[in-house]
Amino acid sequence: MKNLEAQVEAAEQAIDAAGDESTLDQIRVQYLGKKGILTQQLKLLGQLSVVQRPAAGARINEAKQVVQQAVRRRREVITAAALNERLASERIDVTLPGRGHHNGGLHPITLTMERIESYFDKIGFSVVKGPEIEDDYHNFEALNIPVSHPARAMHDTFYFNANTLLRTHTSPVQIRTMAKQAPPVRIICPGKVYRCDSDQTHTPMFHQVEGLLVDKGISFADLKGILHNFLNVFFEDDLKVRFRPSYFPFTEPSIEVDIGYQECDSKLKWLEVLGCGMVHPKVLEAVAIDTEVYTGLAFGMGVERLAMLRYGVTDLRMFFDNDLRFLEQFNA
Amino acid sequence: MKFSEQWLREWVNPAIDTDQLVEQMTLAGLEVDDVKGVAGEFTGVIVAQVISVAHHPKATKLQICQINDGSDTHQVVCGAPNVRVAMKVAYATVGSRLPGNVRIGKAKLRQVESFGMLCSAAELQVGEDHDGIMELPQTAETGMELHSYLQLDDRMINIDLTPNRSDCLSIAGLAQEVGALNTCEVKGAQISEVAPDIEQVFPIKVSATDACPRYVGRVLNNIDISRPPPLWLREKLRRCGFRSIDPVVDITHYVLLELGQPMHAFDLDKLSGGINVRMASQGETLTLLDDQQISLDGDTLVIADNEGAIAMAGIMGGCSTGVSDQTINVFLEAAFFSPTAIAGKARSYGLHTESSHRFERGVDYNLQRRAIERATILLQDIVGGEAGPIVEHADLDKIPSPANVLLRKARLANILAHQIDDKQVLDILQRLGLELVASDDQSWTFKVPSCRFDISIEADLIEEVARVYGYNNLPATIPTARLQLQSTTELDKPVNLLRRHLVSRGYQEAITYSMVSAELQAKFDDQHQPLALANPISTDMAMMRTNLWPGLIKALQYNQNRQQGRIRLFEIGQRFLPENGALLQQEVLSGVVSGARLPEGWSEDTTEVDFFDVKGDLETLFARNGCGFLSAEHVALHPRQAAAIQCHGHAIGWLGKLHPELAKLFGLPGAVFLFELTLADLQAGVLPRYQSISRFPEVRRDLAVVIDQEVNVADIKEKLCQSAGQWLTGLCLFDLYQGPGVENGKKSLSLALTWQHPSRTLRDEEVSQWVTQSVMVLKDCYEASLRS
Repeated sequence: MKNLEAQVEAAEQAIDAAGDESTLDQIRVQYLGKKGILTQQLKLLGQLSVVQRPAAGARINEAKQVVQQAVRRRREVITAAALNERLASERIDVTLPGRGHHNGGLHPITLTMERIESYFDKIGFSVVKGPEIEDDYHNFEALNIPVSHPARAMHDTFYFNANTLLRTHTSPVQIRTMAKQAPPVRIICPGKVYRCDSDQTHTPMFHQVEGLLVDKGISFADLKGILHNFLNVFFEDDLKVRFRPSYFPFTEPSIEVDIGYQECDSKLKWLEVLGCGMVHPKVLEAVAIDTEVYTGLAFGMGVERLAMLRYGVTDLRMFFDNDLRFLEQFNA
Repeated sequence: MKFSEQWLREWVNPAIDTDQLVEQMTLAGLEVDDVKGVAGEFTGVIVAQVISVAHHPKATKLQICQINDGSDTHQVVCGAPNVRVAMKVAYATVGSRLPGNVRIGKAKLRQVESFGMLCSAAELQVGEDHDGIMELPQTAETGMELHSYLQLDDRMINIDLTPNRSDCLSIAGLAQEVGALNTCEVKGAQISEVAPDIEQVFPIKVSATDACPRYVGRVLNNIDISRPPPLWLREKLRRCGFRSIDPVVDITHYVLLELGQPMHAFDLDKLSGGINVRMASQGETLTLLDDQQISLDGDTLVIADNEGAIAMAGIMGGCSTGVSDQTINVFLEAAFFSPTAIAGKARSYGLHTESSHRFERGVDYNLQRRAIERATILLQDIVGGEAGPIVEHADLDKIPSPANVLLRKARLANILAHQIDDKQVLDILQRLGLELVASDDQSWTFKVPSCRFDISIEADLIEEVARVYGYNNLPATIPTARLQLQSTTELDKPVNLLRRHLVSRGYQEAITYSMVSAELQAKFDDQHQPLALANPISTDMAMMRTNLWPGLIKALQYNQNRQQGRIRLFEIGQRFLPENGALLQQEVLSGVVSGARLPEGWSEDTTEVDFFDVKGDLETLFARNGCGFLSAEHVALHPRQAAAIQCHGHAIGWLGKLHPELAKLFGLPGAVFLFELTLADLQAGVLPRYQSISRFPEVRRDLAVVIDQEVNVADIKEKLCQSAGQWLTGLCLFDLYQGPGVENGKKSLSLALTWQHPSRTLRDEEVSQWVTQSVMVLKDCYEASLRS
C-alpha cells in the first residue's frame, strides 16, 4: 500500500503542475478515470482477502477523494487565473469620452423666465400669455394712457396702422385676463415686447414678466413684501432693496425698485430692477372691477436685465446673436 | 430738468448737504440723474482790474497789461482782443492752478515777462465763451477770490422727471417739494404788480379758447436791448443749462425756470394788426426761430397776426417777429395752452422745446399774470422801458377748475397697511400746496393746486402721503392668499418639457427677432404676405415673420461663419400669419439642423445628418399623438425631401431639407434641415387610460417583401394593418435593402409582425393564414413578391 501513497503524491504533484484545464483533465482521467490508476486499484481489491478488503477499500477511496479535491482546488485556481487573464485582456480606457449626443441647452432668457415663473407659481400665480400684435385699446387706452398722454413718448411704439401695434409691455394680457375673470386674479404674463429703440443698451425686442394680484385687502405693504422676497429668492441673497416713487399711468402709487450693491469698499450703489405699483383705479374700472371692494398690485420686470445681473452678461445684444459659444455657457 | 442747487436754496434751505438732498429727491420720485460742479477746479484766481494796456513790441496780437489785484500791480501779457483799461477781470495769479491741473507761473512771452494770466470763461469752465477774457461787473470787489465772488460753490443737479410731475419743472415747484420733504419753510418770490406807465395795448383775440383758455399780454416800449444781461442772470441760466441770448430772451427763460411759465416776447414793431390765437389753416407756413420752415397742419394751434402765423403756440416762436438787437418795443406773452392741444404736436414736427415740454405736461393755469409781472419787473430793471397795462383773455369755462378730492382715513390706512398720524398727513398735503376745504372724523377734502395736473382722485392723494412719508418707511408684508390653486390640465405637455426634451437630444435654444426683412421672408414663405411695420427700425426688420426659418437660418449662418460645424438650434416663438383678412398669431416650435449626425468623437459615425435623424427627433416629441409625414412641396425645401406633418388629419407643420438653391444663396455648406410645428398641437395629448395586459404569448413572424421603390412604407404598413387580422399588435420595419440581389428600381423590406390575443393562445394555423392574407394583399396592391 506504500504504492498508493506514492501514487497520490505523484498525482498531487502532477495536479499542481497542471497549467490549464485540459492538462488537469488528462491527469484526472489518468488517476480517476474508468481506467485510471486509482480506479484500477479498486478493481484489484478483489485479489485481497475479505478481511483486508474493507480497510484497503477505504484507503483507496480516501486516496481518490484526496486526488479529487486536489483536482477541484486546482481547477478553481486555473479558472480564476483564466478569468483574470480574460478580464485583463478586456481592459478599456474609461477616460475615453462617452458616445452619442451631447446635451444642448436652454437660452439664458428662458432660464431666467423659468426662475421667475417658478417663484410666482409657488405662491399661486398662473402663467397667462397673449398676442404680441395688440390693439391700441389693450396696450394703452385701457391702461390709462390716452392718445395725447405724454407717457406714450416713453414707449416708442412700433405701429402697423393707427390702431395696431407691437405691444410695448405685457400689460395688455392683464386687461384681457381681468375682462374675462372676476377677482381674485393672480397672474404673471411673460413674453416678448417691442420698442422702437436700438443701441448698446436697447434691443427692439426684449422680454418682460409682468404680474397682477387683485383681491380684497391687497395693500402697498403686500407689494413691498412680495417683491423684496422675490428678489431675495431670485438672487439667492439677502438683498438691500429700496422702493422709489415713480410714475406709470396704470398704477398709483407707482414704484421703482432698486437693489443695492457695493463694489469693494466703495459707496453703496443702487440699480433699478423692476417697476410696480398699486393698480390704478381707472384700470380696474375699465374692466368693471369694484375698486371699493378690490385693490390690486402689479409689477413688471425686464428679463434681460435680470439675466444680465444674474449671469454677469455685459452686452445685451449677445442674447439675440445666438452665438453657440455664448449659448453653450448656460448649458446645465 | 437741470437746476442750480444754490438757486433752489434761495427758495428753501434745509439743513442737509448736497448728497442728502439728492438722495431725498430721488426717494421722493424726483430721480437725480447726475450732479455736476458749475465750474472747473481752480485756485488762486482773483478779481483784478486792468490799469493800462500797451502793445507788445514784438507781437501784434499780444498786449502788455498792468493790472491791480487790490494791493499790488502786476504785469500780464494777454492775447485777448477785448482787454481794455478799467475792465474787471479774472486774474490767475502766479502759483494758481487752472482746470486740468494747469499751473500758472511766471512766463516770458516774446521776451516780455508775464506774471500770471487773464482768464476766459471757457478756461475756468464757468461758461463756453473763449473768444475773449471774462469781463466781470465793475461792482466786483478787486482782490476777491473769484470762486467766492461768483459763488461757485454750487452744483448743477439734473433730475429725470416723470411726465406726471410738470409742477417740478421750475425752481418754485422743486422748492415746494423740498419744503414738504424737510418740513421747512419755502420763501417764494415777492412779485408785486407793475403799475402801467403807458396806456398802450396791443389787440388780442383768442379764437381757439379750448386750446388756449387764458392768454395774457403786455406791451413794453422803449427798452434798451443793448444793455448786457447781468452776470447773476447769466449765471443762473447757465447753471440750469441755458445759454444767454439777449436780455429779453434771458428774462423769459429766467421766468420759465423760476416759476415754470414759458413766455414769449415778440418785437412789437414787427407785428401787424393784432394777435389772434387760432388753429392753423392746413398748409399755412411758418419760419421758426431756428430758421426751419414748417408747413402747418390744421390741428396745430398758432399765434397769428394779420399777416399770418407768427408762432407755433407753446412750442416755438417765429423768425419774422422775434426779438433782435434792433428791438425797441416788445409784446410779452404768457398763456395757458391746454395740455391736450399741445401734446404730441411738437413731436409730430420733430421738435421738442423747453416750452412744449412744459405745456404738454401741464403749466399752472393760474400763473400767467404773476409770470408777466415778474418778467416786467426784471425787464424794467435790466433794459428799462415803459410798461402798458396787462391784457388778459380768459375763458373761465375752459380753464380747468381745481378738483376737490376726498381722502378717507380708513382707505389711506388700508392701502398703506399703516396708520399715519392725522396731523402728519395734513402737514404733508398742505406743504404740497393742497388746501383743506372740509373735514370730518372719517375724511378730509382737499383742493388741488393749479400746478398739479397729476392729482384728481383719492389714490393720487394716497400716493402723495406715501411718497413724502417715504416708501421705505412703510411696512412690508407677505400677502396671504386663499389656499385654492387653479387646476392645470395633465393633457397638455408643458412647454418646458418639450424644451428639455430637445435639449437632451442635443438642441440648443435660440431666440431670434420677430421682425425680418421682406426679401428674406419671401424666400421661406410664398403663401403669406407678411405684415409690414409702419415705422420699422431698418429694412432688415421691417416685416413680421410668417415662420421662424429666416431667423434660424441667419443664426446658422452666423455660427457657421464662426467655425461651428455641427449646429442644432430650436426656437419657440410666435409667427404672424395674415390669413383671409385676419391675423393669426401662432406659437410654433422650429428648428434648424446641420453638420454631423453626432458630435465629433473617437468612435462616432461621422455621417452628415439626414432627414431621418431629424424625423426621429420630432417623432419622440409627439410620441403620444401619432403623426403622419406626407411627401409635399414647400418653397424653401428640397422638392423630394420635404414632408408635411399631419396630426389627426390636420396639418401641423413641416420638415425637410433646405432647398439646395437657398443653401447656395446663403453660402451654407452641407445639408441643412428645417422644421416648424405648431406648439399647441405638440402640447395636446390624451390622458392615458389603462388597458389590461394579455397573459398569453405573443407570436412573431418576419416577412421580407420586394416592392417597387416608389411605394411608401407608410402605405404598406397601412395595408398590413388592415389585412393581418384583428389581433395584430406590432408591426416593425427592421430592414430596408436595395442592391445586389434585388432588382433595380425595387427595394426589399423586412417586416416583423406581432400578434397577441387578450384571452387565449393563438394557433399556428390562424397566424399563418394572416400572413398569407397579408402577402396576397401586398401582391395585389403593389405587385410585391416575397423575398426568397
